[in-house]
Amino acid sequence: MNRLVNRFPMSWLRAPAVLTLLAASLAATGSQAQEKVLRIAMTAGDIPRTLGQPDQGFEGNRFTGIPMYDSLTQWDLSKADAPSVLIPALALSWAVDAKDKTKWVFKLRSGVKFHDGSPFNADAVVWNVRKVLDKEAPQFDASQVGVTASRMPTLKSARKIDDNTVELITSEPDSFLPINLSNLFMASPSHWEAKLKAVPASVSEPAERSKQAWAAFAADASGTGPFHMTRFVPRERLELAANKGYWDPKRTPKIDKVVMLPMPEANARTAALLSGQVDWIEAPAPDAMDQIKQRGFKLYSNAQPHVWPWQLSFAEGSPWLDKRVRQAANLCVDREGLKQMLNGMMAIPKGTVPPGHPWWGNPAFDIKYDVKAAQALMSQAGFSAAKPVKVKVQISASGSGQMQPLPMNEFVQQSLKQCFFDVQFDVIEWNTLFTNWRKGSKDPSANGSNAINVSFAAMDPFFAMVRFVSTKTFPPVSNNWGYFGNAEIDKLVADARTSFDDKARDAALAKLHARIVDEAPFVWIAHDVGPRALSAKVKNVVQPRSWFIDIATMTMD
Amino acid sequence: MFTYLLRRLSYALPIMLGVSLVCFALVHLAPGDPLVSILPPDASAELAAQMRQLYGFDRSYPEQFGLWLWRAAQGDLGTSIATGRPVAAEVMKAVGNTLRLAVVATAIGFVLGSLFGFVAGFFRNSWVDKLASLLSVLGVSVPHYWLGMVMVIIFSSSLMWLPATGAGPSGSEGWAWDWEHLQFLVLPAVTMSVIPMGIISRTVRALVAEILEQEFIVGLRARGLTQLGVFRHLLKNAAPTALAVMGLQLGYLLGGSILIETVFSWPGTGFLLNSAIFQRDLPLLQGTILVLALFFVLLNLIVDLLQTLLDPRIARA
Repeated sequence: MNRLVNRFPMSWLRAPAVLTLLAASLAATGSQAQEKVLRIAMTAGDIPRTLGQPDQGFEGNRFTGIPMYDSLTQWDLSKADAPSVLIPALALSWAVDAKDKTKWVFKLRSGVKFHDGSPFNADAVVWNVRKVLDKEAPQFDASQVGVTASRMPTLKSARKIDDNTVELITSEPDSFLPINLSNLFMASPSHWEAKLKAVPASVSEPAERSKQAWAAFAADASGTGPFHMTRFVPRERLELAANKGYWDPKRTPKIDKVVMLPMPEANARTAALLSGQVDWIEAPAPDAMDQIKQRGFKLYSNAQPHVWPWQLSFAEGSPWLDKRVRQAANLCVDREGLKQMLNGMMAIPKGTVPPGHPWWGNPAFDIKYDVKAAQALMSQAGFSAAKPVKVKVQISASGSGQMQPLPMNEFVQQSLKQCFFDVQFDVIEWNTLFTNWRKGSKDPSANGSNAINVSFAAMDPFFAMVRFVSTKTFPPVSNNWGYFGNAEIDKLVADARTSFDDKARDAALAKLHARIVDEAPFVWIAHDVGPRALSAKVKNVVQPRSWFIDIATMTMD
Repeated sequence: MFTYLLRRLSYALPIMLGVSLVCFALVHLAPGDPLVSILPPDASAELAAQMRQLYGFDRSYPEQFGLWLWRAAQGDLGTSIATGRPVAAEVMKAVGNTLRLAVVATAIGFVLGSLFGFVAGFFRNSWVDKLASLLSVLGVSVPHYWLGMVMVIIFSSSLMWLPATGAGPSGSEGWAWDWEHLQFLVLPAVTMSVIPMGIISRTVRALVAEILEQEFIVGLRARGLTQLGVFRHLLKNAAPTALAVMGLQLGYLLGGSILIETVFSWPGTGFLLNSAIFQRDLPLLQGTILVLALFFVLLNLIVDLLQTLLDPRIARA
């Protein structure tokens, strides 16, 4: 404040404005002394959906999923120095049926209440499964299906056994189910029913009534999470208050209120932080990092399961069919140089998951920067400086999770030049690239490209590995854009999917990961580190090795 | 006058229909999946087909367009794919926010632009003219998003005098014309006013210069009118054109500046369009463009009517 007064001369023109500002700031300071308010600027252009199944990718889960809702299983976000692993949440325990591996029994936590006071129980679980999987259910909502069903592809239905026990049924034996269920957030059935009853009687069509009930629910939501919704201004702000009766004492919030603001532009977020409008910004502008640090803000980052690769094509005629070329490219990227260019805001990959991760598996091929080894491999494959291999990569100029695609790709292009790669780019708009990813490298949309640069989340085994390497996930089924796969890999996938003991499943996934790294269907270039900048008054911040972060355990001075 | 109004209104209908058709065609011609905001690329092909059916994207284009037009004619612009909220309510709220910003920006632009223009035109080739012209050329030439960012760096990040982003201390709801709210308007409005200021200034300068060359001005002076008297006549003759240019500028600004509203996180039509484009939210995109086109047509109509009032010869033409 002194700073403001000093820099604002008290001329007759400005005095009223300053006095008003002063009064407003003093009033705000007074009210904030009583109430701890955390203001967050998100990268999203809109508030992620608040009705239980957020959109906007994992940023949605991070800000309108996990704080307001719980799922049956959850990620452990309490450690920064170890991989984030799956832990119980609303389910206390789970086990697959010994005879029929498509049936799972989940024991539920008792005594949990939704924000509206109604109890969480097996009926609520069945209701929430039906909201996205049963078209006949009154609460079925098409708009929630896409972001949910795709993240739990084998879940078919749910059945109540008793108030605290529920049976979940999958279409095929699938040991990944407990992991997938961290994406199914539990919304309050009673609260939704109340919203449905409030829909005017003039709306008679059941689907329209349901749609309107969900719209009302989104504006006044009810979950079981550590924060409950208090105010929602579409596209502008979401306000949450602490749920002091939260079931997990370790996660009962110490911060009274959280305000979330969508700010898609990096410079706007940075300015909002520097001007004191917010206390936390996601993804600060890279060239403002030094200034942010100098002004006393804290920068947080950690290796995220967020892979930024080139996914390679195995279609006929692709230069990447030769394993030596694939491995040479992996050996020729100067990742340290790239990291320097990004002000340190990336982690250097050794594969899809890092060493030390339960799925690491000690691959024989060591991904590192070794130009001589790369050149030797390229010479063996028949290429040289005079006869470089031509590759074409489809990339975007921007996009969610894409980091800084243009300068990063150009850096890799220069790096690979020394190993006899002549790299061309096909730069297209982000949503188009995203859509093309599903169509595959043989589709005309690839425009002759034999690699594609789409970053992805590697939280769960299906999304981290299976969808890129199984012959069952060739386009248009899923994202095996490059048509990579063979019987051996398929068997490793099947082994992992049918290993129901956690350790056995992780061991099978480790074998799969090691095989993938050895075969190199990707050029692994960077792992994102999820940079964020926070005011120094926000304490107890743990940035885990995850896409998510727990606001509930933070404190404020 | 009434016939003129009717004639102008009848012109507006085919324009609206044409705009709807072009807008529908453009958003569907663009590559990409309309369900990209709610259907991740890892969704199964079966799920993608199911969603296309649920949202009606499996129907033919003429069928989709006909259905949308029929509903739009009844005031129903559909539901946003990404948010599930009604498009009409989203657009009207954004239009309100942009209107607030655009009116203030146009007012600043018009006052400053007219001032610079008149002064420059009246004192042609003097240093005053050169200075005013320099300012107006700068206004037209400086990229306004850059100017916005520079102003944010100076007035928000460094001096901390004004808020960097947002449309009010607790969002745009409950807006009041007090300093607590107005401080959020200062930077985006000034940034937005720079282009209209430049354009109006250049137009008015040329106009004033042209009028000053006309014989009636010499006649007025010969009849012994003071400079102020001549200036009044000059003002009356220049006003219709200046007003038309201001109307056009207000129309452009009502379309919202995607760049300015994004830089300042101002929840107007530009911000909404930006979200709709990046999320491929076709109903929201179509609805926003339609409403903006409607506003543009209406605004032109109002300006034309005002011009007719100022100069009745236009209605007879």
